[in-house]
Amino acid sequence: METTMIYYLIPTLIMFCCGVYGFLTRKNMIAMLISLELMLNAVDINFVVFNRYLFPGQMEGMFFTLFAIAIAAAETALAIAIIINVFRAAKNIDVTDLKKMKF
Amino acid sequence: MAIPLCMFLILGLLGMKMSHKLAGILGTAGMGVTLVLAYFTAFTYFFSGSPDFVSSEGQRLQYIVFNVDWLQFYDNLVIRLGFLLDPISALLLVVITTISFMVHLYSNGYMRDHHGVYEHGFQRFYAFLSLFSFSMLGLVVATNIFQMYIFWELVGASSYLLIGFYYVKPSAVSASKKAFIVTRFADLGFLIGILILSFYTGTFNFTDFTSAPVADGVYGVSLDTAQGIKNLIAGSEAPIFMGASVLTWALVLIFMGGMGKSAMLPLHIWLPDAMEGPTPVSALIHAATMVVAGVYLVARLFPLYLMEHSAMVIITVVGAVTAFYAAMVACTQIDIKRVLAFSTISQIAFMMVSLGVADPNFHEGLGYMASMFHLFTHAMFKALLFLGAGALIHAIGSNDYTEMHGLRKYMPITHVTFLIGCLAIAGIIPFSGFFSKDEILSACFGNSWIAYLWMSMVAALTAFYMFRLYFLIFWWKEHPVRQGHHTPHDQPWTMTLPLVILAAIATVAGLIPFGNFVSWNGEPYDLFGHFDWSIAAVSLLVAVVAILVAAKMYMKENPLPAKMKNAMPTLWDWCHHRFYWDELYMFITHKIIFNGICRPIAWFDRHIIDGTMDGFAYVTNKASYAIRGLQSGSIQMYVWIYLIGALALGAITAVCIL
Repeated sequence: METTMIYYLIPTLIMFCCGVYGFLTRKNMIAMLISLELMLNAVDINFVVFNRYLFPGQMEGMFFTLFAIAIAAAETALAIAIIINVFRAAKNIDVTDLKKMKF
Repeated sequence: MAIPLCMFLILGLLGMKMSHKLAGILGTAGMGVTLVLAYFTAFTYFFSGSPDFVSSEGQRLQYIVFNVDWLQFYDNLVIRLGFLLDPISALLLVVITTISFMVHLYSNGYMRDHHGVYEHGFQRFYAFLSLFSFSMLGLVVATNIFQMYIFWELVGASSYLLIGFYYVKPSAVSASKKAFIVTRFADLGFLIGILILSFYTGTFNFTDFTSAPVADGVYGVSLDTAQGIKNLIAGSEAPIFMGASVLTWALVLIFMGGMGKSAMLPLHIWLPDAMEGPTPVSALIHAATMVVAGVYLVARLFPLYLMEHSAMVIITVVGAVTAFYAAMVACTQIDIKRVLAFSTISQIAFMMVSLGVADPNFHEGLGYMASMFHLFTHAMFKALLFLGAGALIHAIGSNDYTEMHGLRKYMPITHVTFLIGCLAIAGIIPFSGFFSKDEILSACFGNSWIAYLWMSMVAALTAFYMFRLYFLIFWWKEHPVRQGHHTPHDQPWTMTLPLVILAAIATVAGLIPFGNFVSWNGEPYDLFGHFDWSIAAVSLLVAVVAILVAAKMYMKENPLPAKMKNAMPTLWDWCHHRFYWDELYMFITHKIIFNGICRPIAWFDRHIIDGTMDGFAYVTNKASYAIRGLQSGSIQMYVWIYLIGALALGAITAVCIL
């Protein structure tokens, strides 16, 4: 059986939806960050897949994915640093409770 | 000239890091070097006989040492900075550097208390003094009227800084503001005058102006330029505005600037208050140098003034009225610095009158020469008197001479030098004031009997009030030595040395053959050959009588002055309150200008303009307050909204496509 694009796109769609669901329902900031990563990876896979099937001779999608992974790593590090600091300050990383700085 | 500027920068920027003593020495040394250079320049100019300076017929020329383009707006409008050397600028160089050096030296002693502790801001004081010296030198060597205006403002600014030196004292602060505002008001006239003059002539240069009326080319400017300027501003096709020619307007407005700086009558009110500054500052700025800038300005443009008789009459009348007024007021003041301030106003008015009555057809412009001569001698003896007064104030700790009587035994050096200063200003032979004042009176005589009698009367008043001051300080009665106070004594050498030097100058300066150096068209004039002994004798007699009257009234303690005061209470009151000029100004500014003009403008500003802006701010504020709930800060809420929006958009797109 020939593997077509759809075999990749369905799982990534599921992954992405899981990510969105997790991001919207979790209250823990770490969990939200994980959901975010899930969405990001789903999109990365999509990039590669589209590149592979639609423009087989080119590499832009691959490079773009690598680039996105690198950025995501940096962003995760930053997010975790923020979360740690928030935890130190508030002893809590529940987003619904962090309302101290609001007007 | 650059040296004081450098000193200002060094002391101003690094002063706080220096010790007090170093700042004082550095400032004084810088001024000393400038003094030597200025003397060298002046002597070269007067005595070298180089063809740059003196023509073959012995006429002194104006020599431009350098003149660089500073601001070039377009081809015809260039503002230059330069160095113009001619008799009066060389004279002023000598006067300014001498007095300034003396004051620098003197301040080393004055700006400390009796235990030798330096006053707060000592370095700042020296920095400002250097700034002032720089600006004043820049003013006198200006090659064009715009450069003069720039430095004119600079001396005003440094005067403001120095009057307000004791910035914690409210009276000093208000005095400095008053000086600044009054002179600025006058400078408005000056600026308009400059603009009118240069608009019609197309030039800023003094050499062009001064040669204009004398078409035979005084000071070596080509005949064409001279004649052209003359036609432009005074010829038949020159524009007329409100019944007076452009030239008249320009000259009167420029004279208004001079009136402000030189404290002529309606604009004199700042000078007495300026005495709030430290006494050396009063000596340097408000007696010897800055206040004569107005006289210098008129002298600079003298050939132009000669073309316009009405402007000359205005100068004479303003000067004569001011001289009399200030002399009257000086007779009743109690603060010794104020007496000296009014005396300064009166003496400067003398110079103005002298310029006003100067007539080239009478003794070759004797008035001009006399005015410059008096400027020179007055600078010396008035600086001497001020520094002497400073020594007294320093010793007693008060400006009020009711606390000073009978000081002659305690402060012999101050006593003798102060006496010399008084003799000089009263015009007793052979002190310097005699010669210069006598020439002014001769010049007045050449103009009219009225001017002569009027000015002689003022000269008598001068002698009277100066000796009233002298006797009240040094005689009257024994000095009341209070318990717990140290006895007054002469000051350290840094303060007495300038006094002695200035006293020596004030004694002999009158014998300088001044006419050889300064005259209105540069040709030497034999002053002593034309000396009018009858006028001299009359003025000497008048001065001696005035001094004797003063001696009768004030030498020993007696009830005569009080009786005089009670005999003429109204006159005394008016003089004592300076003829209520300050009150008049207060009335005009507070009651009329503030209520009539400023209040409505302020109301408009506050309610209409501010109101509009406030309205904008209010609406924006309200609107943002109303919608701030939307920005909850909850990221999950945002994502929900975004997701729903995206899905809705997708749905709409799908519906549209299908």
